Amino acid sequence: MGRLEGKVAFVTGAARGQGRSHALRMAQEGADIIAIDIEGQIDSVPYAMSRPDDMQETVRQIEALDRRIVAQQADVRDFDAVKQAVDAGVAELGRLDIVSANAGIFTEGRADELPEQTWQDMIDVNLTGVWHTVKAAIPHIRAGGRGGSIILTSSTAGLMGFENFAHYVAAKHGVVGLMRTLALELGPEFIRVNTVHPTSVNTDMIQNDMTYGLFAPDLPKEERTKDALAPRFQGMNILPIPWVEPVDISNAVVFLASDEARYITGIQLPVDAGATTK
Amino acid sequence: MGRVEGKVALVTGAARGQGRSHAIRLAQEGADIIAVDIADHIPLVEYPSPTQEDLDETVRQVEALDRRILARKADVRDREALAAVIDEGVAEFGHLDIVVGNAGVCTIQDWEHVTPEIWDLTISTNLYGVFNTVQLSARHLIEAGGGSIVLTSSAAGIKGLPFLVPYVASKHGVVGLMRAFATELAEYNIRVNTIHPTGVDTPMGGMASSYPPLLEAHPKLGAMLQNMLPIEITQPIDQSNAVLFLASDEARYITSTELTVDAGNTQF
Ligand SMILES: NC(=O)c1ccc[n+]([C@@H]2O[C@H](COP(=O)([O-])OP(=O)(O)OC[C@H]3O[C@@H](n4cnc5c(N)ncnc54)[C@H](O)[C@@H]3O)[C@@H](O)[C@H]2O)c1
Ligand SMILES: NC(=O)c1ccc[n+]([C@@H]2O[C@H](COP(=O)([O-])OP(=O)(O)OC[C@H]3O[C@@H](n4cnc5c(N)ncnc54)[C@H](O)[C@@H]3O)[C@@H](O)[C@H]2O)c1
Repeated sequence: MGRLEGKVAFVTGAARGQGRSHALRMAQEGADIIAIDIEGQIDSVPYAMSRPDDMQETVRQIEALDRRIVAQQADVRDFDAVKQAVDAGVAELGRLDIVSANAGIFTEGRADELPEQTWQDMIDVNLTGVWHTVKAAIPHIRAGGRGGSIILTSSTAGLMGFENFAHYVAAKHGVVGLMRTLALELGPEFIRVNTVHPTSVNTDMIQNDMTYGLFAPDLPKEERTKDALAPRFQGMNILPIPWVEPVDISNAVVFLASDEARYITGIQLPVDAGATTK
Repeated sequence: MGRVEGKVALVTGAARGQGRSHAIRLAQEGADIIAVDIADHIPLVEYPSPTQEDLDETVRQVEALDRRILARKADVRDREALAAVIDEGVAEFGHLDIVVGNAGVCTIQDWEHVTPEIWDLTISTNLYGVFNTVQLSARHLIEAGGGSIVLTSSAAGIKGLPFLVPYVASKHGVVGLMRAFATELAEYNIRVNTIHPTGVDTPMGGMASSYPPLLEAHPKLGAMLQNMLPIEITQPIDQSNAVLFLASDEARYITSTELTVDAGNTQF
């Protein structure tokens, strides 16, 4: 018997990376999945975001587990699109119990130099997008009558400051504020709300030229390889590893989503190899 | 395949309550157990003391799962006795991978009625006892190539719950121990985390008879004991599920974290 048997989970940013892994891990534990992703580019983001074939691969992997998935293209900045996607997913799968608000972008710039649009896109996706996600989902969780679990993806940057991406730090701290208030508002209905705080995760969001440039501005471009960068990423963690894998975040998400965590609400769960204690 | 298959776990305070539940939950998921408990009269506490029969019942329930358990009466304040049990357990099962520092005591009184005896009992059991547990088992975890240590703090390890001065101090101290050991043991791939229960339905959690008169005299403070979720008390299994998660490889990169299993109490 799976740890999420009989539940339905809504995952944003599910085309690849952590979102795909969350969907897969929850499906392995018996959940059916409602998945959305932008499957396209945002101009201020310098690395490639997901494409429609990424989402097709997520669908293939979930169906290979004999679970159901309703996957749709939707931008979390567009509330109507998100709502339509969730409504359609619930219409097909029957209910909603779990939300993983995971979609996000990562861009850089010193606080006094950030272009207006870069700031705005970050807040729109990483903060307002999270609010849209829960706003569209709450009525369905409530209607299910069994409570539920909402997991918001913040970051170590939601717990401490970092140079060179004030907008990301601000948005990820904002997610914590949203979580805390939602936990208060929804607790009486047994809807639990928590955040997860990953350190660097081995996904396309960090394995790209922009992020390598942040970690190794001193190295010539051709020397900024994954191997050369690993020790610098490792310097952020206490455990002797450069980054964690998507499944490590997914295991935390599964725990918080499951009834094993039925009395856990309002918490910030770091999956950070000790990074925030350094 | 269990979530801690093939691992060996030390659980202190395993005779009853949460400790027994941790031992059983870990055994259900494939671990063998080294169980330690004082299983004897505890002075100054208002709830009944645990007995040898309690510890025997833990043994019975773990063995009913077809797991192995070595259970010994020992006081976590007695370094020699504790080290002897740990070493005996490791000799018998071959290695040690998980440590659950759960043994603890609690007394309720306002600040003026804390005696030196109450202070000593609480600090020596809840803080020195946990220090002993970690220090005396860490070498074995290093030899196993890494491991997971879970220390039982409390909501009172995060906020200053009323009428528990020594308990609050000891449980805050456990967080300091956790952080310090997490830092020093990280290079050996040993993770150290705390759990922070709100009220748990155990003999200790059921002791509340001295609370009502104190809360009547200081009515404002009762609100601090309330949970955000609409429940009065959690069950030992809820704490055990958190211990299991932190003990398992699912949490292989989680260290130096305070995991509240508190129905929102510390956020309310
Ligand atoms: N990778 C890391 O080091 C790291 C560390 C901490 C936190 N995070 C957070 O984890 C989450 C997942 O990131 P990831 O590492 O899997 O990166 P990723 O880029 O592989 O995945 C993010 C996904 O979100 C989607 N997305 C972005 N904007 C969207 C929008 N407006 N609407 C719908 N979908 C959108 C992307 O297309 C992509 O598929 C993000 O919130 C990120 O901020 C990542
Ligand atoms: N029950 C609650 O409401 C609650 C809330 C938060 C935290 N806690 C903590 O959870 C832990 C477990 O408590 P419980 O609720 O299961 O209570 P409990 O009294 O049922 O169990 C505690 C166990 O620890 C053992 N113990 C006490 N002193 C010892 C010593 N010196 N050496 C060895 N063993 C000793 C006891 O014999 C007993 O079996 C404790 O650390 C407690 O402080 C309890």
